[in-house]
Amino acid sequence: MSELFTSVEDLANRIPDGAKVALAPDYSGCSMATVRALIARDAKDLHLVGVPSVGFQGDMLIGAGSVATLETAAVTLDEYGPAPRFMAAVKAGVLKVIDGTCPAIHSGLQAAEKGIPFMPVRGILGSDLLEHRDDWITGTDPFSEQEEPLVLVKAIRPDVTLIHAPLADRNGNVWIGVRREMMLMAHAARETLVTAEEIYDGDLLADEARAPGTIPSLYVSALAEAANGAWPVGLFGRYGPDDAHLVDYLERARTDQGFAGYLEEFVYAPQAVK
Amino acid sequence: MSTTIVLEELLISTVAEMLSGLGHVAVGAQSPIPGSAALLARARSGGTLRVSMLGSEAHSPFTDGGRELFDCAAQGRIDAFFLSGGQIDGQANINLVGIGNYPSTKVRFPGSFGSAYLYFLVPRVILFREEHTARVLVPKVDFVSAPGVSDADMRRTGGPHALVTGRCVFYFDTDRQRFRLASVHPGHDSDEIREHTGFDYDTPDTVPETALPNAATLELLRGRVADEVAETYPAFAARVFEAADAA
Repeated sequence: MSELFTSVEDLANRIPDGAKVALAPDYSGCSMATVRALIARDAKDLHLVGVPSVGFQGDMLIGAGSVATLETAAVTLDEYGPAPRFMAAVKAGVLKVIDGTCPAIHSGLQAAEKGIPFMPVRGILGSDLLEHRDDWITGTDPFSEQEEPLVLVKAIRPDVTLIHAPLADRNGNVWIGVRREMMLMAHAARETLVTAEEIYDGDLLADEARAPGTIPSLYVSALAEAANGAWPVGLFGRYGPDDAHLVDYLERARTDQGFAGYLEEFVYAPQAVK
Repeated sequence: MSTTIVLEELLISTVAEMLSGLGHVAVGAQSPIPGSAALLARARSGGTLRVSMLGSEAHSPFTDGGRELFDCAAQGRIDAFFLSGGQIDGQANINLVGIGNYPSTKVRFPGSFGSAYLYFLVPRVILFREEHTARVLVPKVDFVSAPGVSDADMRRTGGPHALVTGRCVFYFDTDRQRFRLASVHPGHDSDEIREHTGFDYDTPDTVPETALPNAATLELLRGRVADEVAETYPAFAARVFEAADAA
């Protein structure tokens, strides 16, 4: 087994307070196991980057007081309803939100992946989003005759990309299949931390069908095996979301007290048992 | 089959009409009615309409991650898309961020998603918001996630085409930069629309009633389309189409 393998708790310990952490949306690969470990270790002042939005990972970390800044195109719990802890934090004025739009986040990460300082992005001109971003500026297309305006977004370089994947092999290669936003996230970040549903007995890069959907271990800093690691969110191609649990979360997270009870039951108490 | 038509079926068939003759329609997350409309239009197109539905495994062709939809749109490969708004104003500006003085919003919405980009690049953007009240359809949005119109000299290949609500259909007149009432759903009337719309718009002398789906459309909708949409929106499909069957 590669020395990249460690425990979920160790992954959480490798994300320092104040780190800029890129997270995938609920339909992609969410390392909920590590999110719970981050809350258990009382992580503080994180700067989350939703690629391009965040769901339950964001809502829980915000509710637990672990997030200072949220950079995202949206916070969405899909059909479950508005994100309760996100709404409460905005209302209380304790969360700095850097509102963006999906393609600008993808482009910022693409700039980082290419090692260049910015990326031009179409659209956005005339949106109030632009007025509130000091990392987006209006430039011009240097190749156009009429000096056509174009928004330039600064590269987004996360300290850490944290994801959950269906498979990892013993060399630390990580299979993400068609969910290739996680490839972009891994390329752009300084470090990528991964939980994997299952260990693949073989070399993912040697399998021609799997290799194009595989993040090479070159980009991976540490991994942990975590069966059911996306729970209660689903994992594409593996299992769906735990509907009853998420409906219950929405209900409990409407109040500070209800959310505290949720954390006690599903984050702190299981830790104490270990 | 029941002949009672539920509101969702009317909205789906109305939106599907707007997609007739197009080549590629994309549908964002959390959009069961636009998604059903796209699938209905595809079923009627004889195989010429491609539908790309986010959140669907069976009806999404993308293999290059979250960015691919946006890259496709910038190249002109997507003909129609759907947006909504917590607030929508008379110039078709949409607000997906919040009510009040940003960033200290009184009510916070989920966020702008890809709107600030796709509104510029997809030729036929259909605004869909079932709630038709003066709190949603406002004179001026509190925050412009994406502007309805831009200066004439700005490169813009996309923009608003229509606004479909639970009460009526408006078309957007790009030259006049205003909505025009196009049809009113059965059981509603022009005065009621005026009363519940916070922005000013044009009304023709006679306003037709929104056309009901015919028997062939209903059969397609409750059969093939209901099955297809259930993959992405099982609860929606069960509620709307099973209720329609039982009614």
